[in-house]
Amino acid sequence: MSRPRDRPEAVAAVPAAAILIAIGAISGSRALAEARQLGPVIGFLAAILVLAHLCDDDGLFQACGGWMARAGAGRPGRLLAQVFVIASVTTAVLSLDATVVLLTPVVFATAAKLDVRARPQVYACTHLANSASLLLPVSNLTNLLAFAASGLAFGRFAALMAVPWLAAIGVEYAVFGRFFAADLHQRPRPQRAERIEDAPLPVFTLTVVALTLAGFAAASAAGLNPAWAAFAGAAVLAVRALARRRVSAVALVRAADVPFLLFVLALGIVVKALVSNGLGRALTPLLPGGTSLPALLAIAAVAAALANVCNNLPAVLVLLPLAMPSGAGAVLAVLLGVNIGPNLTYTGSLATLLWRRILRQHGSAPDLGEFTRLGLLTVPAGLVVAVLALWAGLRLIGG
Amino acid sequence: MTGGSTQVRSVYIWVTEGTWRASVDAALNLAPAGAEFTLLHVTPAAVTDAVRGAYLGLFGRGGRDPGAKVAELAAAAAADLLAAAADRLGSRCERLEIQGQAERAVVRAAAAADLLVMARDGDQSRLGPKSLGRAARFIVDHAACPVLLVWPETAPGVGTLPPPPHQPSPRD
Repeated sequence: MSRPRDRPEAVAAVPAAAILIAIGAISGSRALAEARQLGPVIGFLAAILVLAHLCDDDGLFQACGGWMARAGAGRPGRLLAQVFVIASVTTAVLSLDATVVLLTPVVFATAAKLDVRARPQVYACTHLANSASLLLPVSNLTNLLAFAASGLAFGRFAALMAVPWLAAIGVEYAVFGRFFAADLHQRPRPQRAERIEDAPLPVFTLTVVALTLAGFAAASAAGLNPAWAAFAGAAVLAVRALARRRVSAVALVRAADVPFLLFVLALGIVVKALVSNGLGRALTPLLPGGTSLPALLAIAAVAAALANVCNNLPAVLVLLPLAMPSGAGAVLAVLLGVNIGPNLTYTGSLATLLWRRILRQHGSAPDLGEFTRLGLLTVPAGLVVAVLALWAGLRLIGG
Repeated sequence: MTGGSTQVRSVYIWVTEGTWRASVDAALNLAPAGAEFTLLHVTPAAVTDAVRGAYLGLFGRGGRDPGAKVAELAAAAAADLLAAAADRLGSRCERLEIQGQAERAVVRAAAAADLLVMARDGDQSRLGPKSLGRAARFIVDHAACPVLLVWPETAPGVGTLPPPPHQPSPRD
């Protein structure tokens, strides 16, 4: 349910954008131009949200849970490897939202069934939702925004980000293996695993998702917006689910999350107004030009820092116009920063601060120590290897 | 249990995923007749916190908070585990489910117990300090009651003892 109580930022952004237009901080026509540029991105996001929701409805994540439970029973280390594969692919193809909202509860339930400690497995989901969201434009809203602004083709984006994506996941896997060594060497008896239900793999849905993926690359290569492929994929699954009465039209609209789409639009206008009224000038000296290795490292570091100060969504909106003059390489370095960076402080967001305050009021502050230690081990290392991989990729196949 | 009395009446058993059978068995085998058992399970708040945090990072998109779902699943899993442990124990017992940081919750809950039974939660392949994870180490260091610490499976042989300090190993 989209209760405004859950998202004060979304509620504030729309009036904020209206006020900025009213006082002339951004002209009506520039706001409209920004909205026009963001429109297709927002439509693309809505299609992906609906697609992921329909995959869940058709039992895709339950089937993943069944597979993990059968193969990971009695072996927590093996289970972690499976969680890494599924969370990385889910994030890359169906976006980080799907991993956080749809996959994580399934992973927790699987760990509980197998009588193993859930912490490494759940932390892997929350980490990979960020660091494994590098591969495709659809993996993260930040990527969609950068993809629309950078003019890169879908296939080129994926080709340049494939090795950084694998490198970032590799760092996470290596750190998790050491950090949770005690939990992973546990040898639970798989007695309680007999209750694993055999969820069938939804072949039709998987096929549609695979065709949608191919459609992204094909549409982009043909000069069309790949959002059309997402619409087509979502439409096929939606019609089938509606015909089988597996889902209601209301649920589909809810999955598209219109209030959030409005929020992104308003946020884009607010950031545009701030950037053109001095924020852009203030930040320009922080962002080096060019795509040399030191420049890319610095860009990624600034982006990661900003994502931790104010959430990666405003961070990417602020940094994109500053990075674009240096070309696609600089834009992708911004993405490495804003996508990997948030693992340092949970969400790297003001929301974290709000949330901590709320929990304090209820008398229990969250235990941030372990999560932050894990972030300190993975984020700087992940950033460095991912930037190195990007730099090498740019040299090899060109920006 | 204080210096003068040796009667063990109240036995707390800390049950955790994967190792609870060993703790329950040790309590059954070693506690005196007439002891009153309390099964204690702690659901780490950090897990649901991490999920809620990740969801907040999405500005709430996706529509439903997976933290609430995970909290619900965690409660069900804890109840299942306590029921299985109670089954194995066979005799009447109290069940105590706490949410929070495991090590502190266990020390607080068992402060007045005559005995706390728990399993090692670290590296089980060799004898040594690493066989205690962070939580068990904290409890052993801070417990206000006597502690019975058991190996979750067969203990590693004494052959896994590290060589004594300041003595060259045979290969040197």
